[in-house]
Amino acid sequence: MSINLNLSQVTIREKRLKSIVGYQGTIKDLAEQSQSGCLKNASRGFSQATNCNSGCAQGYLSSITDAAIVNHGPIGCAGDVAGANAGFQWGQRIRDWNQRNVRIINTNMSEKAVVFGGDQILKEGILKAYERFNPKAIFVTTSCASGIIGDDIESTMRNVEAEIGIPVVPVFCEGFRSQIWASGFDAAFHALLSRIVKPAEKKRPELVNVINFAGSGRAVITEIFGRLGLVPQFGIPYSNIEEISRWSEAAATISICGTLGSYMGNGLEQNFGVPYVTALQPHGISGFDDWLTKLGETVGKEKEVEEYLAEQKVIAAPDLEEIKFKLKGKKVVVGMGPSFAHNYIRFLEDLGMEVVWGFSWHYDAKHDHGGCPSCTVELTKIDKDIPVSVSDQQNHEVINLLSKVKPDIFIGRHPGMSVWATKMGIPAIMVSDEYSAFGYQGTIEFGHRIIDALTNNSLALNLSKRIQLPYTEWWLEQDPFEFLKQKNKRKESENKKNVAVR
Amino acid sequence: MRTRKMSQCVEQIRHVCTLGAFESVLAIKRAVPIVHAGPGCVAKLWTTLGSQNGHQGSGYVGGHAIPCTNASEKEVVFGGTDQLRKVITNTFDVIDGDLFVVLTGCTSDIIGDDVGEVTRKFQDQGKPIVYVETGGFKGSNLVGHELVLDAIIDQYLQPQQVEPGLVNIWSSVPYQNTFWSGDIEQLNILISSLGLKPNVIFGPDSSVEALNNIPKAQFNLVISPWVGLRNAEHLEDKFGTPFLHYPALPVGPTETSNFLRAVGEFAGIDPSVVENVIRKQEERYFYYLERAADTLLETRLLPRRFITVADSLYALGIARFLTNDMGLIPEKQFITDDTPIKFQDSVSAEFKKFTSDIVAETVFSNDGGFVEEEIRKLKIRSRPIILGSSWERVVARDLNAYQLSVSAPIGNEMVLSKSYVGYNGALQLVEDIYSVVLNDFM
Repeated sequence: MSINLNLSQVTIREKRLKSIVGYQGTIKDLAEQSQSGCLKNASRGFSQATNCNSGCAQGYLSSITDAAIVNHGPIGCAGDVAGANAGFQWGQRIRDWNQRNVRIINTNMSEKAVVFGGDQILKEGILKAYERFNPKAIFVTTSCASGIIGDDIESTMRNVEAEIGIPVVPVFCEGFRSQIWASGFDAAFHALLSRIVKPAEKKRPELVNVINFAGSGRAVITEIFGRLGLVPQFGIPYSNIEEISRWSEAAATISICGTLGSYMGNGLEQNFGVPYVTALQPHGISGFDDWLTKLGETVGKEKEVEEYLAEQKVIAAPDLEEIKFKLKGKKVVVGMGPSFAHNYIRFLEDLGMEVVWGFSWHYDAKHDHGGCPSCTVELTKIDKDIPVSVSDQQNHEVINLLSKVKPDIFIGRHPGMSVWATKMGIPAIMVSDEYSAFGYQGTIEFGHRIIDALTNNSLALNLSKRIQLPYTEWWLEQDPFEFLKQKNKRKESENKKNVAVR
Repeated sequence: MRTRKMSQCVEQIRHVCTLGAFESVLAIKRAVPIVHAGPGCVAKLWTTLGSQNGHQGSGYVGGHAIPCTNASEKEVVFGGTDQLRKVITNTFDVIDGDLFVVLTGCTSDIIGDDVGEVTRKFQDQGKPIVYVETGGFKGSNLVGHELVLDAIIDQYLQPQQVEPGLVNIWSSVPYQNTFWSGDIEQLNILISSLGLKPNVIFGPDSSVEALNNIPKAQFNLVISPWVGLRNAEHLEDKFGTPFLHYPALPVGPTETSNFLRAVGEFAGIDPSVVENVIRKQEERYFYYLERAADTLLETRLLPRRFITVADSLYALGIARFLTNDMGLIPEKQFITDDTPIKFQDSVSAEFKKFTSDIVAETVFSNDGGFVEEEIRKLKIRSRPIILGSSWERVVARDLNAYQLSVSAPIGNEMVLSKSYVGYNGALQLVEDIYSVVLNDFM
């Protein structure tokens, strides 16, 4: 589906990418169903708290250095801003910048605004943000409340924009609109693509856009790209508006995360002629090889990439051997967003571990280039068929499954999930940094991180002996996906074969 | 001089919306919130009240374990009561809890789901469940905290025979006050030292049994400038329980001894018992303070003035201690808990009751951006100390001020059982403030 920048609002992932939050089966079945177009979302009769797209949109945009955000909603909708600020502080710290706070204003929507409309307070909020921060652009993020009462925020914004003379850009991210929080990334990128990025005045053949989060891997990538004669431009966080406006000048765009980068990468390709590299993610050796090779193919640096990778293989071989020896046959459960989950499943299998279950918090049946995500397709090429589910941080499913498969380790990525494995006595690793397991050195470091977690598990064991889980015995005896309303759900006996027998 | 609400918009938020009160439910052992709201509400509110607030995690059934309808467009268009009924029904099977509290968010309240009707069906079946409408636009999570307590009072509590000596304490709001669980432990110790028995509603020693026992109390003790007052009034109306309103958080010997005398008098305790407790505690306090006195007086660059940016409870408690006991001078006191206008005069009045006729000027604003502007405008001799949240770390660095985080959100400290309440809490506060100063030397 082509990306239409004339619309003010991005089409949500459920409609654009046939994304789902409920499924249980295997990776091959998931890929087959999504390729044949018959993948359906399964709803749940019991559910637990997830996230919303506003968090992704607002958090991502808040670290643009010279922009401000006006969050139009009740004050709780800015509840995650303290977290965005913590992330922003870290990002500034690793860049040796003077630290300042994020620039987000909330319109503090009260009962009065809900009844009589919030246009006036939105206008005040935008003017206040302009006055306080002197920003180069203001992004307005919406909320459930502003969405339901139907404020005409676009006309308010147009009027204020004419008054203050900087872009005032809507970011539609009402929590109820999409069950896929990653739709918030698309909303953020849509705002940038439609209002900030300008057509290139000149092209820079050495420049590569790298879409990431905090960007801890900047030095390593700059060095690698330098060997290839390329210059990385990291973003969108910690970029400024002027830099983002010139993302169209690059020779290619590549992303650290397929879920994150799909809309921006393909939007730049379709609307500004910057090719998007739809490779595997650069976690683990095969992922990194593919990532760099496809980048090389895109920008005509095949030979340089080949030489670099050959050299790295030799250097890393002894360390990788040691890691594989120590991790062989260890059982692991993975729980992450879809792109990271499917990439980490491949990466951990490559290390010789046995992935006994893969949770992804959602799943995109396709990406914006039209095809099934490369990391998912890649997993269908191996002999074994890995059991997976799409379980939007549904804690009851995760805990129930962990209690049955009892893996050696749980590897997760989002706050508030890995801790539950720990409470069950299972060692856990949270991959909070997007550059964990990046490239050859990152892979070796991550391998040792797993080995360390397996070496001393005393914290998890001590906790598990003293802590009670909030689940009833009845629940822990049920099928983990008991509440999932899936038509072709695997029978319990089949499921048991997948789950219990392992 | 005071400033009323300066700004509609809010930057650098310190409290969240009404629905944030699900954290108050989590503070009661084995009580389970069921949230009927959009998919991101819990995650967002938990950031300010939990993970970025002393790094309080999900605990027994918090975070992603909270049953939630994650209301989508379908519920917004067609109503969400069917989904809510399903989630409640299955919660009883899946989650092991003693009390269930249904809390709504904006989506449900705006579209007008009849959550009461859904919940009453379960109540009729004898299930321990109450509901409360906490749509975010209704106000702050402090108001939400009161609404949750009112719901429990109205829908759950039963009249009980009064048990002499039993006291319900309403003070630090769970999770909103970063040090709430330590504070409750310290308040319980203080109350117990008088021979009274605290009924422990929140925190590590809490239970639903204690909730049931609320109507048994001899009296309710509200230690807070305003939060919790309406609940005490409500309990008085419904069960005839009298209450004592003590507006300041007792921090340090002066206030804590006043507090113990006030409670002792209200409870009809022999003054000699109270004075005995006070004497022992003060002796211990001054033993340590005497040892610290050299450094408190003789170190270079000690702060002489302090700025507080906190909710009314902590701002007042800390300001009283640092002024009355530590000899510092209060600069502006920024009160960030969105104090309802009808309470602002009485809260301000408390900031005029200091030693040596000192008056601490209060500014009411929940807009941290405005507070920051005001701090930057202050002309202060010497290096002040800013006692605020982790939002103030930036302005403190810019102004070369010392900074200690004492109020939500606190991302830069791990807080477990620490408390600044009472005699012992004051020692902790002295340790923390002067460690910030001493760390600046080396």
